[in-house]
Amino acid sequence: MSDDLLTVATIVAMAAATYLTRIGGLYLMRGVSVKGRLKAALDALPPAVLMAVIAPTVLATGPAETIAALITVGAAFLRLPMIAVVAIGVAAVVALRALF
Amino acid sequence: MSSPSRSADFRRGVFDILPVLAAAVPIGLLWGTLAAGKGFTPFEAWLTSATVFAGAAQFVAVDMWRDPVPLLLIVVTTFIVNVRHLLMGASLQRHLGAFSGPGGLLAMFLMTDESWAFAERKVLAEPLRPAYYFGVALPMWLVWSSASLAGAIAGRSLGDPAVYGFDFAFSAMFIAILAGFWRGPRTGAVLAMSALAAALAKLVIPGAWYIVIGGGAGVLVAALLHGEDDGQDPGEKPAENAEAA
Repeated sequence: MSDDLLTVATIVAMAAATYLTRIGGLYLMRGVSVKGRLKAALDALPPAVLMAVIAPTVLATGPAETIAALITVGAAFLRLPMIAVVAIGVAAVVALRALF
Repeated sequence: MSSPSRSADFRRGVFDILPVLAAAVPIGLLWGTLAAGKGFTPFEAWLTSATVFAGAAQFVAVDMWRDPVPLLLIVVTTFIVNVRHLLMGASLQRHLGAFSGPGGLLAMFLMTDESWAFAERKVLAEPLRPAYYFGVALPMWLVWSSASLAGAIAGRSLGDPAVYGFDFAFSAMFIAILAGFWRGPRTGAVLAMSALAAALAKLVIPGAWYIVIGGGAGVLVAALLHGEDDGQDPGEKPAENAEAA
């Protein structure tokens, strides 16, 4: 009984901690005028964070992932539809993992 | 309003997120089976995915789950894995002008790496409209929570998502979105520094700090490369010949 209670309490606390990180960003920049150097930094934030999310997979997992990432970059710069880019990347990683 | 109708915006969002949904199903199923293996009831597994709604943090938490549940350790770890949301929210809040107060709070509740990335890509071309954002974010929530529930009920996985390459689908999608942010050599410098710092941090520091460290390093480079004579528009920059020495 108290076992279940602890489980649900942990889940609720995890949810609260996560929501705190999600709305925290709304108030981080309150009242700050965004221009010049700060604007350049904020504009760079989306690509910088996206790159950081995938960097370990792309650079430090193995040759299959690194080569598949390069193939995906090629497909992305050909301006193919996103679903095609993702399909090419997934197919490449499956094929390359069979090789390495 | 003369802009496209809300339902058209919503449908466009759903269409954009479709490949991600396809990849999220097996990963959600897998998480549900792992949770069931640690003693979660199907309701508890669903509750976690519906309220925490953060894949990486949920996998880490289930991995740490034991009897008795180390509540504080799991909650602190969850916070650390999700600290990147602070950066993402700080950037996204500049584009929530069309959202009502409660709409903005719901938008942030539904913010994942994926929905955030699509929103940031959208604002490169046009203002972010709520219908588009929720078209991206709501199906993601529905699929993630449903797949987790189904996994916990079934109790056994379809197998390792890596076999089908589904684990790589997220990386491939982020690469496709990243291409839209390319603005020349400066972007290259930001990405190189971010990738290098993140990969090194991942090797040296346990946990998910690498995302914040890599993102921070990339942002720092962008700030350092910003010249005082740069124009207001970060996109098209006229040739500069006034670099003082």
